[in-house]
Formats: sequence, structure tokens, C-alpha cells
Amino acid sequence: MTTTLELPSASSARIPAPQPAGGASSVSVRPKISVEHLRLRYGGKEVLHGISFDIAPNQIFAIIGPAQSGKTSLLRCINRTIEFNPDARLSGEIRVDDEDIQRMRNVYELRRKVGMVAPLPVGLPLTIYENVAFAPRAAGVRRKSELDRLIEKCLRQAALWDEVKDRLDSLGTKLSGGQQQRLTIARALSHQPEILCLDEFSIAIDPVTTMRIEDVLKELQRDMTIILVTNLVQQARRLASQTMFLWNGDIVELGANEVMFSDTPKDRRTYDYVNGIFG
Amino acid sequence: MPAPRFVETPTVRRRLGRERLARMLFGVMVSLMLLPLLIIVSYLIYKGAPLISWEFLTTNPLKGMTQGGIWSALLGTLWLVVVSLAFSAPIGVLAAVYLNEYARDNWFTRIVNLAVLNLAGVPSIVHALFGLGAFVLFFEMGRSILAAAMTLAVMTMPVVITSTREALAAVPMSFREACWNVGATRWQTIRRIVLPNSISGILTGVILEVSRKAGETVPIMFTGAVFYRKIAEGDLFAYSLNDQCMALSMHLYTVTTQVTGAPEGLPFAVATVLVGCILLLNSTAIGFRAWLRSRKKW
Repeated sequence: MTTTLELPSASSARIPAPQPAGGASSVSVRPKISVEHLRLRYGGKEVLHGISFDIAPNQIFAIIGPAQSGKTSLLRCINRTIEFNPDARLSGEIRVDDEDIQRMRNVYELRRKVGMVAPLPVGLPLTIYENVAFAPRAAGVRRKSELDRLIEKCLRQAALWDEVKDRLDSLGTKLSGGQQQRLTIARALSHQPEILCLDEFSIAIDPVTTMRIEDVLKELQRDMTIILVTNLVQQARRLASQTMFLWNGDIVELGANEVMFSDTPKDRRTYDYVNGIFG
Repeated sequence: MPAPRFVETPTVRRRLGRERLARMLFGVMVSLMLLPLLIIVSYLIYKGAPLISWEFLTTNPLKGMTQGGIWSALLGTLWLVVVSLAFSAPIGVLAAVYLNEYARDNWFTRIVNLAVLNLAGVPSIVHALFGLGAFVLFFEMGRSILAAAMTLAVMTMPVVITSTREALAAVPMSFREACWNVGATRWQTIRRIVLPNSISGILTGVILEVSRKAGETVPIMFTGAVFYRKIAEGDLFAYSLNDQCMALSMHLYTVTTQVTGAPEGLPFAVATVLVGCILLLNSTAIGFRAWLRSRKKW
């Protein structure tokens, strides 16, 4: 794989989508995540049929597609929590920073590198403070001042700080659903990941808070690579620079948003899905 | 628009009738279940209560067990329960944590699970012979509290494992996944999340299972309990691990079948004390659970 220097101006569009007119089509940066022929089966049922794609660093990469198309399974492959499912069999290769994650000895390191926000909010049965402090503590951060600073930062980024700053000692499980979801986001940020995977993060959150978090995500992509799995096609359109349409374990189309959400995406199904004519 | 009035059509009437019938049926079953329990307990207390006194509990049996109290038997049972708890609780709980949190779902784990379930169903006489062969003879512990308690512990372990696994399984999987997602190891997850939230269930299970074993007779009869033994009255440490001991269950058997000339109420009094001990243990467990539940965090 050839790698060239990252150009500051080479913003969004990248392989394999055709560049908008005038773009230098050969410009490519080293991908943050590179997936090659990923096949995943649960018992006899194959859910990902050998998909390949790259995700460039410091962008928001959206994955859209109907239920059961393998989006969540794909995310679980990336942080290797798929291994907790004894039926899952995986072939192909996933490389993060050019390192084959299947061969990584320290899987905990990988999971700290990949922040994961699950669709249903899970407040751990600990205080709000401890919820966010859990990961740094597990990673060995002990100094109180450092933890305090980190926790405030993460809660601010998750747009939760103002609501909970006076009751950090109350239970995380007592928060409302939307607050718990933001707590989950704060927890995912607490181990300072380089990649942030958000799996339908907004289904439990009201639209106003969703917008606030979306703004945060736009900020965060300067520091990390964000993978956004979403059912809200418009959310993918608003936020992402590239979108992948996954359907029944295959990539229907992957391209820059300008193409994916235009009137002429490469695949007719993309147009139909994006415009709600699917079915 | 006024709300439609409730009209009792034949269909509705039939449905309501069935509802009443079902409710009655289930209710009757509950009372059928309660009836024997009530009869047993009240009969025991009616017959035995006149004999029970503080003196009865704290003096040794006298004159071929026809007089005096049950002190050495009561203390013996207490020792057996506590010592067997000391063996079965840590081993059982830790084994259950392994099986539930670490073991992968493969043929080996399944065989272990099957073995645990079956072990819980092994008759006590088999355990008794095992205890006699293994602890008393092979490990040369002799007939002693230690051997008897370890036999009881072996009997208790499978059920402790089962009840502990149930308590662990009651902690939602999503908590574990949330921890793994942020890079916590299994042990960090177990220590910070799983154990603190299942400890009430674990402890209750352990206490309930152990108290159930307090009434076992055959295993201890083979391995360490004796018909009669005189010990210092009022001293909780009158026994040592290598001593043989008396036990309430065994004492009940003795005064019922082997002793002539005992007052009629004596077996009932012994039985009442035994049931009372078990009840006490169980209510401690339930109270403890209620206390821990009130501090539950989700």
C-alpha cells in the first residue's frame, strides 16, 4: 500500500469515491482503520460477507443500513469484543494503525484505543464520578487531581457536565435514559481513545441534546477518528465526510457524502434508501 | 361522548367465571402447601415447648439422656455448620465465579456443569461413605468434627456453586460489556461490578444451603458424631476440631429410637430447637439480603 503525506487541504473525499471536479484523485493518507475481506459468521449464519474498506484518520465515517445488516457486529470486530460471543468466527484482516488487531497481544490496549458507545445506555452501578473514572482507573491512573480534570473534560464533551456537576456522587443508574447515554459517551471518552465508535448514540436522546453532541463530535474529529453507525440518514449526511451503506453484510456503496447523498450515487439502492423509497 | 357502559354479555360472564375459578385453584394449592408446614411446626411447639428453657439449652444430657439438656448437641451442630461453611463457601463461590465469568462454553465446561448438578443429587448416605473413606480413613483425620464438617462441605459445595452462579447471572450482561468496552480486564470487571452487585444473592444462597445441611444426620453419623459426649457447659470452645461431637439431628435420632424412659416431650423439644436453629439462620439470611437489596444500585 502506498502512503503519501497528508495534505492539510485534502479534506474529505478519498478512495474509492470519485473526487469532486478538480480534486487530486491520487491523494491518499495512511488509513486509521483498514478492513480486508472481513467475514464474520455466528454459527452457521454469515453476517458479514468479506467486506473491505479503509477509514482515514480524523474524519467522521458514517455507516448506514437497515437492521440486521451487520453494523453493530462490525463495530464489535473492531474492538474485539466480538470474542465474547463464543459462536463468532472471523476471517480476514482488520488493521488499526497498520497493526493487525487479531495478532495484538494486549487486547485491553486496543479496547482503550477504541471508544465504544452502545445503542442502549448502560450506567454502571457506580456513582457518576466512578462511572467515568472506571476506565482510567482500570488503566492505572491513580492521581486524584488528574482524574478530576479528566472527568470534568469528558463530561463536558458529552454535554452532561452542567446537569451533573453538583451531584457527581449520586448513582449513574439513577440518571434519565438520555443522561445515561451521555454518561456512556463520557465513559467512552474517558480512556482517551483514538477511535470513537458510536452505535446509534442518539436513539435515547432528545433532538436538542443530540445537536449539542453532534457539535462536540465535529470538534472531536480533530483529535480522533469517529465511526458513526446511525439509522438517521440525515445525521450521517450532516456529520460525516464519508458514508458507507451496509446491507445484509455487504457494502452497497461507500463514498464521499457529496456523492452518497447526491441525486446520482453509484448504486440505485443508495438513492432509494437515502431518500426513503426503499422497499 | 359518554364512556360505553360495561355490558355483561355471556362471553364476558364466562371469562370472569374462569378467572375466578383459576384464582381459586391456585389459592387452594397454596394453602395445601402451607398446611403440613403449619401442622408440623405447631405440633412440635405444642409438644416440645414445655421442656425448652434456658437450662435445657445450656446443660449436658444427664442419666442416659433422659434428663438434663442438649448443650453438647447444640454446640456440636453449631461447630459442624461453621466449620463446613469455612470450607464450602470459599471453594464453592470461587469455583462458581470461574464457571460463570471465565469458562468458555465448551464440552469441558458442560461436563463440569452436569457433574455439579448431579453431585447435588447424590444421596447423603453416599456422601457419608465417601467421607468415611476419604477423610476419616485415607487422610487419617479419624472420626472428628473436621472430618464430619468436610463431608458436609462436600455435600454443600454443588448447591453453593449453583446458587452462586444464579446470583452472578442476575447481574446484567450489559454491565460486563460496558466494562470490557473500555478496556477493563475480566478481573477488574468482576471485582468492581459483578461481585459488589451479586454479593447479597451469593451470601444468601450460601447461608440457606448451609442451614439446610444443619439437619443432615447420616453423613455426620459416619464421620464424627457420637451418641453421647459431655463437654464444659457454657463454653463455646468446648470442642476442638479433632474431637468427636454430638449433634442435634443425631441426638433427635438417639432419643427417639435408642433411649428408653425419656420424657415424652423430649424428642419434640430437640426437634423444635433444631428447626428453630435453621429458621434463625434462614431469617438472618433473608434479613441480610433485604438490607443489601436496599443498597442496590440499579
